[in-house]
Amino acid sequence: MVELKTSRDTAAPAHGLTADDLVVVPVRNHGRWVAAAASLAALVGLVGSLAGNDNLRWDIVGQYLFADLIFDGLFTTLWLTAAAMVLGLALGTLIAVMRLSSSPVLYGLATFFVWIFRGTPLLVQIIFWGYAAALYKYVMIGIPFTDITFFRAETNSLLTPAVAALLALGLNEAAYASEIVRAGIQSVDTGQTEAAHSLGMRPALTMRRIVLPQAMRVITPPMGNETINMLKMTALVSVISAHDLMSNIQDVYAQNYQVIPMLVVASLWYLALVTLLGIPQAWLERRYGRGTAQAQQVSPLQRLLGGTARTARVGNRVMNKEAGR
Amino acid sequence: MSAPTEHVEGVPLVHAEGVRKHYGRLEVLKGIDLTVRRGSVCCLLGPSGSGKSTFLRCINHLEKVDGGRLTVDGELVGYRQHGGKLHELREREVAERRRDIGMVFQRFNLFPHMTALDNVIEAPVRVAGVARAQAREEAVQLLERVGLADRAGHYPSELSGGQQQRVAIARALAMKPKLMLFDEPTSALDPELVGDVLDVMRQLADEGMTMVVVTHEIGFAREVGDTAVFMDEGVIVEAGDPRQLLVNPEQERTRAFLSKVL
Ligand SMILES: Nc1ncnc2c1ncn2[C@@H]1O[C@H](COP(=O)(O)OP(=O)(O)OP(=O)(O)O)[C@@H](O)[C@H]1O
Ligand SMILES: [Mg+2]
Repeated sequence: MVELKTSRDTAAPAHGLTADDLVVVPVRNHGRWVAAAASLAALVGLVGSLAGNDNLRWDIVGQYLFADLIFDGLFTTLWLTAAAMVLGLALGTLIAVMRLSSSPVLYGLATFFVWIFRGTPLLVQIIFWGYAAALYKYVMIGIPFTDITFFRAETNSLLTPAVAALLALGLNEAAYASEIVRAGIQSVDTGQTEAAHSLGMRPALTMRRIVLPQAMRVITPPMGNETINMLKMTALVSVISAHDLMSNIQDVYAQNYQVIPMLVVASLWYLALVTLLGIPQAWLERRYGRGTAQAQQVSPLQRLLGGTARTARVGNRVMNKEAGR
Repeated sequence: MSAPTEHVEGVPLVHAEGVRKHYGRLEVLKGIDLTVRRGSVCCLLGPSGSGKSTFLRCINHLEKVDGGRLTVDGELVGYRQHGGKLHELREREVAERRRDIGMVFQRFNLFPHMTALDNVIEAPVRVAGVARAQAREEAVQLLERVGLADRAGHYPSELSGGQQQRVAIARALAMKPKLMLFDEPTSALDPELVGDVLDVMRQLADEGMTMVVVTHEIGFAREVGDTAVFMDEGVIVEAGDPRQLLVNPEQERTRAFLSKVL
C-alpha cells in the first residue's frame, strides 16, 4: 500500500505534529483477503472432485465437444437467438410506441399483445406454434369473406419447427422488449422532444433521431441480459425438435444414455457463447453512452487491461471527425 | 436571417387576440392581446406562474390554444380556417410551420448524444433537406457567430451552460427562422455566463430578427426591447416602451413586481 502524505497546512497540529507530518492511511481490507482465500480453496476442491469423478466420463465429453452434430446445433442456436432478438426488438419497439401513442386503438392492441405473450408460459407458446398446423391446415392471404386469395400454402410446409421456434421466441421476446423500450423512451427528457419539434422535426423523425438513440442508453443493458437469456431459452425449442444445440444433445443421449456428460458438453458451449456475448454488450453500452458522464466510468476489468472508457470515447470522437461527421 | 416573404416593416409578425388556455380547470391564459411587429423585440415579464412560458409555447404550438386567434405571419397557429370553422392541423403541417419559428429553452435542451456541430446541422439536413456539406459550412459560420467555432466537436456535457445556450441559439438559427422565441434563456446560468448569451441575443436583435423574449433581465429588456409586456395571472397588466414601463410603471402590480426583481 502506498502511503500518501497530505500537503494541507491548514489542519491544526495534533500531538505536536505539524500538518505536513500527517499521513493518510487507506482502509485495509483484511477480511476481503481471508474470504477470497477460503472461496478459492472451496472452488479448487469442487473442481478437483469433479475432474476425478469417473462417472462423469470426460472421455465422452471430449468425444462430443467438437462433433459435427454439436456444431450443427450450435449454428441453429446462434441464428435462432439472433433472429428472435431482432424480431423481438423490432416488434417490441413498435409495440412500445403504440403503447405510448394517444390512439386508444393502438394502445389497446399493444396492451393486449403484451398481456397474452407475457401472461402464458413460453414453453406453452413454443408447443402451440409447433402444433399450429392442427389449428389451421392452410395459410391464406386474401380478402376475407370472398373467394379472392393472393397466396395459399399448407401450414405444415411453412411452419417448420425452425420457423415455429423463431415465431415463439420472437413474439415472446417482443412482449418483454416492448416494456424495456417503453421505459427507455420514457426516460428521455420531454425537453428533447420539444426541442426537436420546435426545429420542425415530425414525431416519427424525432423518435428515430432524438428519442430512441438516447433511450438506447437505458435499453442496452437489459437487452443485453435478454439476449443472454434468449440464448439459453432456445434450449426450450428442443420440445419441437428444432435441431438447436439442446435438441441434438438430447438426440445423442437418447441413444447412448450418457446424460450427464452430454449436459456438460451443452453447458460448456452455452457458457462459452454467453461469455462471448459480453463483448458486444460492453461495446454497445459505450457507444450509446456517448456524451454522458457514465461513459467515463472504468470497470475493474478495463482498469486491469489498461484501457479506459475515457480514451475509447475520445477515440470515437476523433474517428467521427475523420469520417467527416 | 431575413424572412423569405415580403419584408414589410410594421406589419405584425405575431398577432394574438383574446388567446385563452387552460389546464383542466386552471385558466392559465385569460385572453391575451398582443402584437409583435416585424423586426422588433418584445420582452415578456411577470411573476412565476403568470403564464409567460405558456403563451410563448402557444406561439409555436407546443401548447394548443383553447380560444381566441393567434397568427404568425398571417397564418393561424395550429389551425386552418375553413368557412366559419377552425380545423386542427395534422402533425406534419404543424411541423412545417414550426420550421420558421426558432425556440430557445431555459434548460438548453441540446441533444446530448450529438456534438455541438451535429446539433446545429440536424434540422437543416433532416428537415429542410440541405446538403450535408452546405449545412456543415453554415453551421460552422453560426458557431463562429456565437463565439464557439473551436467547440464544434464537443458534446453538450463537455460545454458550460453559457456555451450550451449559445449552441442552442445557433441550432435554432440554422433553420433560418423569421421569429425567435426565448424562454428565460439565461435563468439557468451562473451570473458570469449570462453576459455572453445576452451579447449574442443583442447582436441578433441588431440584425433585425423578430424576437419574443421571456426574461427577468430588466437591463436587457430596457436596452434591447422595443416593447415590454408585464403579465400576471394570465392577463397582460401593462405593455409599452420598456424605458417607460420598467422605470415608471403605471400599474401598482407592475411596480410591486419590479421592486422585487430589481
Ligand atoms: N402541463 C401543465 N399542466 C398543468 N398546469 C400547468 C402546465 N404547465 C403549466 N401549468 C400551470 O400554468 C401556470 C402558468 O405556467 P407558466 O409556465 O406559463 O408560468 P411562467 O409565467 O412561465 O412562470 P415561470 O416564471 O415560473 O417560468 C402555472 O400555474 C403552472 O402551474
Ligand atoms: Mg416559464
